[in-house]
Amino acid sequence: MRISLDRQTMCDRLAMEFQDGWVVNLGFGIPALCSNFDFGDKTIIIHSENGVVGVGPLAREGEEDMHLVNASGQFVTLRKGAAIVHHADSFSIIRGGYIDVAVMGAYEVAENGDFANWTTAGERAGRIGGAMDLAVGAKRVFIAMEHTTKGGAPRLLKRCTLPVTAVGVVKMVVTNLGLFEVTPQGFLLKEIAPGYTSEEVQAVTGAEIIVPNDLTVFKPFG
Amino acid sequence: MKSKVFQSLDEAVADVPDGATIMFGGFGAPGVPRNLIAALLGQGAKELTGISNTPGWPGHSVDIARLIEARRMRKIVCSFVHASPTLEELIEAGEMELELVPQGTLSERIRAAGAGIGAFYTATGVGTEAAKGKEHKSIDCRDYLLEYPLRADYAFIRAYRADTFGNLQYRLSQRNFGPIMAQAARTTIVEVEEEFLEPGAMDPDQVHTPGIFVSRMVQIPPAPEGIGDSPVPE
Repeated sequence: MRISLDRQTMCDRLAMEFQDGWVVNLGFGIPALCSNFDFGDKTIIIHSENGVVGVGPLAREGEEDMHLVNASGQFVTLRKGAAIVHHADSFSIIRGGYIDVAVMGAYEVAENGDFANWTTAGERAGRIGGAMDLAVGAKRVFIAMEHTTKGGAPRLLKRCTLPVTAVGVVKMVVTNLGLFEVTPQGFLLKEIAPGYTSEEVQAVTGAEIIVPNDLTVFKPFG
Repeated sequence: MKSKVFQSLDEAVADVPDGATIMFGGFGAPGVPRNLIAALLGQGAKELTGISNTPGWPGHSVDIARLIEARRMRKIVCSFVHASPTLEELIEAGEMELELVPQGTLSERIRAAGAGIGAFYTATGVGTEAAKGKEHKSIDCRDYLLEYPLRADYAFIRAYRADTFGNLQYRLSQRNFGPIMAQAARTTIVEVEEEFLEPGAMDPDQVHTPGIFVSRMVQIPPAPEGIGDSPVPE
């Protein structure tokens, strides 16, 4: 049976990559779901750009605190040992190099590690938010996004067509079809969604993907 | 010293002139000075420049989206425009100007204004459209952009608790832009959730914004319909 991965599963897979002791920033949209993952014995400190250090899972209905939201404006909980800072300090954490990984959404990711997530073609406004600061300040960038646009166009490309958020910073991408590492040779397909073939994934990808001999099924299902 | 405690929101915003530059605190719902914005809507000042993380969330609780919809702003400096058809229309028609700034640069420009810093270099935005027209400098082999402070005539912010000297405490992520905006504006006006404390009732170690940065305060009256906090849309 073919299973296109849901967003929580995509985020759970990225969350499995977080190393004990990492400070992890979760960006607007899909990445917020990483905070729901059970990290077990690992201590993972989730930072949200609005000054929350130690974000926990999303708040359950009826348990929301009106004074506590994440980068997406969703009500969240705190983990033990949380701290609050103001906005300038929050971005000092980001630019100062204290973030081990920033997980962001994107419209496009290129095989050279460029990504675009702040403006689409032909619009007057845009959504930069903290993305440009995170891209230059974090030690690495992971992206969580749907594999194609609503119209079916690829989002993994040789080069970005939209204005970029930052150049050459993306290390890993999870989509509803698989997990990709960004290597000097291009997108390496590490794990694939259950029931899909690498040819099917290649057909909806705008760059050549590298398929290793030991390609495995997406880990949460393995 | 003249009391900083004002009896009404209308009184607190009465002197805001046309053409004023106003910083608005808030990120998501927490910290948005909804009551001061509602009072400003009634007060009538126009041709305003707003400095805020976003231009508001149209169609929901009172925020600065209402000022934009009422054609009361001529410029907005912000980092993130989620969905604002009115703003897009006004920009298209040349009636409003948008300055889109990376959020960390926005915060630091506000902080710099309140800290007496003339300008600063940041690596944020290098190689993107945000770098257009900016002075570049290489420092220790890394490229940076020159950024200038953002000042304001007024800051509208919301706090959890205050004493009558103007010492403020915020609660959780409500803090966001409050402390830096309070420092960057000539006149800082605060809407306060809890009843005012007497001087000395607040532990000095627990003051987030000292009263020297605060000009006026109003205790938030019981919420009329539509003013209360509510979740922002996804």
